[in-house]
Amino acid sequence: MTIDWQAFTLYAAITALLGGFMIGLAAVWLAWANGRIAGISGILGHLIELMVQQKREAFGWRIAFLLGLLAAPLLWMLFSVLPASVQQTGSIGLVLGGLLVGLGTRYANGCTSGHGICGLSRFSLRSLMAVGSFMTAAIVTVYVLRHLLGVSA
Amino acid sequence: MNRGLQWLTAGLAGLLLGLGLILSGMANPAKVVGFLDVAGPWDPSLGLVMGGGLVVGSVGFALLKKRQVTLLGEPLNLPVSRKIDIRLILGSVSFGIGWGITGICPGPGLVLLGAGIPEGVIYVVSLLAGMALYSVIEKCRHRC
Repeated sequence: MTIDWQAFTLYAAITALLGGFMIGLAAVWLAWANGRIAGISGILGHLIELMVQQKREAFGWRIAFLLGLLAAPLLWMLFSVLPASVQQTGSIGLVLGGLLVGLGTRYANGCTSGHGICGLSRFSLRSLMAVGSFMTAAIVTVYVLRHLLGVSA
Repeated sequence: MNRGLQWLTAGLAGLLLGLGLILSGMANPAKVVGFLDVAGPWDPSLGLVMGGGLVVGSVGFALLKKRQVTLLGEPLNLPVSRKIDIRLILGSVSFGIGWGITGICPGPGLVLLGAGIPEGVIYVVSLLAGMALYSVIEKCRHRC
């Protein structure tokens, strides 16, 4: 294994760690203030189901949370330029990937935030199994795409 | 009154999470795939994101476990399921494949959408379609 020192600079390491603290703090804050798990796929998925069932009373905090998330890049742009976001795939890949993520996270009841941050922080074996499964699948997928099929961005 | 306060606290949580995702590099698919590509030149950054999140998270959740009520004095609504079944594993595998293809998980997808990046729009629309597909499949299974 070789380390990509061009990508993994001291600045990248510090911002990664600080960003991680903020993500953890956001998850802890939602649990302390609202008694809820900050899982994006769960919040989004349940919101859609509640909308279909027209259960309006449970909409509020979910919509507020998602609006906060959507507003984050706008707030960032008020003070600074957004860091580069280099895409890895075209429209077909985005559609296929988005569908698989949407379907999969609903069946698994969580994604990187819900199982990865919240679940592992609560020492949930169920979340550990989920994280192990999606990390393995993601690593294998990138290996197949990049090194076996030669697809690269 | 409490409900309005709950919206505010939830909105702040979403905002902080989004800023953390941007700062950490999670909203940059190249960075995510650089972490997942263990056979290429490897970028360990996202391990630090995860590590930082878990340090704060494990302390925060451990302290909350002792309190058992929210800051607003309401009961906690945290998941209790311990079930490890085929839905959990295959669902996670499906998520992982989609994550590997795009380098985008749901949180960063919404951040990219908020930033007005076209790829974020396509991704989130497809994500919602995948979630709707789940609801349709599950509804059919229960009826048939």
